[in-house]
Amino acid sequence: MRSCCTHETDRPAAASKKTEPALARKLGGDAVFRYLTTFFAFSILAILALMLYEMTGESLPAIKEFGWKFVGSKDWDAVQGHFGALPYLYGSVVSSVLALLLATPLSIGAALFITEVAPGRLGALVAPLVELLAAIPSVIYGLWGVLVMAPWLQSTVQPFLIEHFGFVPFFEGAPYGVSMLAAIFILMIMVVPIITSITREVLLAVPQSQKEAAIALGATRWETIRVAILPYGKSGILGAAILGLGRAIGETMAVTMVIGNAPNISLSLLSPAYTMPSVIANEFAETTSKLHASALMEIGLILMVVTLVVNALARLLIWSVSRSAQGGAA
Amino acid sequence: MMQSVTCRKIKNHLMSGVMLACTLAVLIPLGLIFFHILKMGVSSLSLDFFTHVPAPTGEPGGGMANGMFGSALMIAGASLIGLPIGILGAIYLSEFGGSKVSTVIRFAADVLSGTPSIITGMVAYTLLVVPMKGFSGLAGSVALAMIMIPIVLRTTEEQLKMVPGSLREASLALGVPFWRTSLKVTLRSALSGVLTGILLAVARIAGETAPLLFTALGNQFWSKNVLQPMAALPLQIFSFAIAPYEDWHRLAWAGALVLVTVMFALSLTARYFGRMKQAG
Repeated sequence: MRSCCTHETDRPAAASKKTEPALARKLGGDAVFRYLTTFFAFSILAILALMLYEMTGESLPAIKEFGWKFVGSKDWDAVQGHFGALPYLYGSVVSSVLALLLATPLSIGAALFITEVAPGRLGALVAPLVELLAAIPSVIYGLWGVLVMAPWLQSTVQPFLIEHFGFVPFFEGAPYGVSMLAAIFILMIMVVPIITSITREVLLAVPQSQKEAAIALGATRWETIRVAILPYGKSGILGAAILGLGRAIGETMAVTMVIGNAPNISLSLLSPAYTMPSVIANEFAETTSKLHASALMEIGLILMVVTLVVNALARLLIWSVSRSAQGGAA
Repeated sequence: MMQSVTCRKIKNHLMSGVMLACTLAVLIPLGLIFFHILKMGVSSLSLDFFTHVPAPTGEPGGGMANGMFGSALMIAGASLIGLPIGILGAIYLSEFGGSKVSTVIRFAADVLSGTPSIITGMVAYTLLVVPMKGFSGLAGSVALAMIMIPIVLRTTEEQLKMVPGSLREASLALGVPFWRTSLKVTLRSALSGVLTGILLAVARIAGETAPLLFTALGNQFWSKNVLQPMAALPLQIFSFAIAPYEDWHRLAWAGALVLVTVMFALSLTARYFGRMKQAG
């Protein structure tokens, strides 16, 4: 250490200055560190801004060309240059909303079972299992969907529905296997772990005193759940469901693999359909014209805005529960 | 509310049964997925899978060695871009950030993490593929990095905030500059938690397919040049699963087994680090 210092002082001043980075010498390490971290933190804002800028900029030709007709028309013809996104909007909305309607009650039931009913060790076993399932990549759900579930639907479920409920417009047509129904099922299977794990967290945030009050009044376990737990966690559970909706709308691979990719607007759940992310996934790499690419970009922009609104709403709801839970504890 | 006690008890048991049924309905499809991945994957997996590239259409055999290599390379690239932004950004949020600015940055990160992953692919396409006139592994890395950044940022920030202020003060009182304190004391004590976040982020992007569709594009052959189209394991699973050949389906199952195993290994390691943190 000593020899090093004497060595430094022996050197001409100009040479010692050269060994330090110019900026660090001027500002000191702390200032450099501060600027560096600030730069990286703000680069996240920059990325988001760039994303919105690129998406909007690239969509402009389609927005100028079609205006509001874009979301109202079902004409999608890359050769003629007509683009209308209605079948994709319809497919996205129907598949994710119906998947959510099936998934939410199941998830609430499962979350209640894990937190309130199951004997301690069983609940502790199931909960991490559900968390792990939420992490499986969507392409693997898709693989299972297209190679196992769709053939099963085609050979068993769809003929049954056609035979017994064929008079209902929802179940008419031929059994294709890949269909709106397959997309609804695969989305349901995919969002259930997400909704279950968030609902579980919401239920765990319900203050013990609320449950104890109900039990002290002589309520059975179900009555405790109904009068104390569910009302308290209501908005949080709604938030969990909406978060699941956001995930379902943006889901690409699994849906693309099982929905059949045909731009139909059909009441029948057995017919193939198309969604917004699927059409992007299938056509974006091989666009035939600038307008085609721009139309797909506009679909992407719509998708981004919709998921943004849906996620913001969900976070607000979940946040309101965790905040009131903290307030109650304090 | 004037129900008899028996009636209430019956209702209680009935609803408990319904909840159990819900749990089973949740677990059965997921159990089936695992069953099929294991059954089909194990019977299709061979040494060739790890050493060969896919066989030409219609020919038996072949593997996904190029896909695994491409995935590893693109994940490494995404980490090179994403980790500095995520970790240093998190240091800013927890050590420097004023409340208003931090809220805006956190909100931006939340928006990014809620955006469908296919959108990051579209953005990387317009930013890199169009100007560079070709699909590339580099564009794939950038798209994956955009998914990684918000995950790393939020988990790292949570961990840094849990480091007690007294530790920082002790270090500063010894005359250690603030930047060295941040890196060597604050970040160091939160290290296992930060590692957990990084591993979970890597597990997440390892399975992402949609962002690679029009960035890395995929490649039937060995691709080591990051400026060329590059193979990736999830992309190969996708294209093989929707192809009409039995042999390719078997390869897709084997790929799924490998992917799921890698992801679970990553999550288990992450959990292990998480535990270490709690114990320490």
